Amino acid sequence: MSTLSFRNVWVEYGDQVVLERINLEIASGTFLSIVGPSGAGKSTFLRLILGQEKPTQGAVLLDGKPFPAEPGPDRGIVFQRYSVFPHLTVLGNVLLGYEFAQSPFTARLFGASRRAAIEKSLALIEAVGLGPHRDKYPSALSGGMQQRLAIAQALAKQPQVLLLDEPFGALDPGTRAQMHALIKPLWRDLKMTIVMVTHDIKEAFGLATRLIALDRVRRDPQAPERFGARITYDLDLTRDSAVPVLGFIRAAAQAAQ
Amino acid sequence: MNVVPGRGSRLLLAILPFLLIALIYVIGSAERRAANPDDKLLPPVAEMVATSKRLAAEPDRRSGDYVLWADTAASLQRLALGLGISATIGLVLGLAIGLLPVAGAGFGTLVAVLSMIPPMAVLPILFIVFGLGELSKVVLIVIGVTPALVRDLSLEVQGMPREQLIKAQTLGGSTWQIAIRLVLPQIMPRLIKCLRLMIGPAFLFLISAEAIASDVGLGYRIFLVRRYLSMDVILPYVAWITLLAYLFDIALVWIGQRAFPWAYDQGAR
Repeated sequence: MSTLSFRNVWVEYGDQVVLERINLEIASGTFLSIVGPSGAGKSTFLRLILGQEKPTQGAVLLDGKPFPAEPGPDRGIVFQRYSVFPHLTVLGNVLLGYEFAQSPFTARLFGASRRAAIEKSLALIEAVGLGPHRDKYPSALSGGMQQRLAIAQALAKQPQVLLLDEPFGALDPGTRAQMHALIKPLWRDLKMTIVMVTHDIKEAFGLATRLIALDRVRRDPQAPERFGARITYDLDLTRDSAVPVLGFIRAAAQAAQ
Repeated sequence: MNVVPGRGSRLLLAILPFLLIALIYVIGSAERRAANPDDKLLPPVAEMVATSKRLAAEPDRRSGDYVLWADTAASLQRLALGLGISATIGLVLGLAIGLLPVAGAGFGTLVAVLSMIPPMAVLPILFIVFGLGELSKVVLIVIGVTPALVRDLSLEVQGMPREQLIKAQTLGGSTWQIAIRLVLPQIMPRLIKCLRLMIGPAFLFLISAEAIASDVGLGYRIFLVRRYLSMDVILPYVAWITLLAYLFDIALVWIGQRAFPWAYDQGAR
């Protein structure tokens, strides 16, 4: 189980308010899309879940408990770029997750444990369709293949929460469609919670079971940084609910209790 | 601008300037000899070859050593020790300063200031503190080369995409694991490049130290025979040092390409 809760979260950098009054419950197994204009705090939102940033006020909880304040293996991430390690082959990139876990000092595996880890890694590499490229370096892979590799890497840790920061933004439409076809079954089979930031509205609606939009609703022309972004839409996209539900109102009511 | 020489003509074009310089030298040397048979400044090639042969192939009458090889071995040992120690310190400190904000805050300014000390100015201190033996020469190379290495490598670490380090943390990597499996291998190509650039300064410091206090070494020999205007020894020695430095350069490129293929063939599909 991995329920993410935002309780009256504010994020401020000095005078600048980025996010204000975020109340949200993300149920386990949700595929959540986040959309919004540039500068509306989408990436900040993601960094809160990642543990790279702390809320100025309020709390972000995983299953009712606060996060450790640094990125950890329970939350995987795929960035738009630079998610893979250029000095390791495809296999080495995926293997690294197992090596980190099982060999604290040298971060290398030998013998039987290495063979077992290689077997698990190869299964993941096959699952994302990179089987024939296992011995190539990332610089020899196309953008789409690099993102597949980044996903395989993240899956090696079996994270409860997978964060995607505009993962397919730099890909051409054909490759993007392939990636959509890849990620949806993975999400369904592994029962992860996925939080995806995207600029592509079609992608946001097509993949997700729930969609939130972030935007600044209050504006002060004299001090534009005074008000942060809030959740302006919260849509339930699952097939069985005919009417979109404003889930954040429910969460706000729970937080007020 | 768009005329690209082929493989054969590229080689020819590379050799041509060397031939020209050699030709100019031979002509100049012959002219001076014609004017003054005892000219020492531009000895003819035959004389230099004879001297080189004597230095390289015949044992010295006094000590029984083969002078050229004894000098080369002594100098290269100092150079290798100096560069090896510098590279080790550079890697450890550069990695720590670049990766750990605490280390960066603690050592960054210190290294920046230390790198401004002119190494030749502290040479007397080294001779006083470490004596006139091998140690002071090695330490001079280390002092001259290390600060630049540390600064360059720490900048290289700081230039790594932040995303990679965060990704590694989400894969469960500790700071130590990330340092040895991600950061260290990724700055190794940069270290090779730095060392290539540092061969010149390292030789400079080596020869300076040898010129002042030594009893064997390439720099020592040059400054010894300078008293007798023995250009027939100095010129081959300079050529030999240049050749050595050039060979190291090529060797480092070769090692880099072999050991870190991912850093060299960018975009190879």
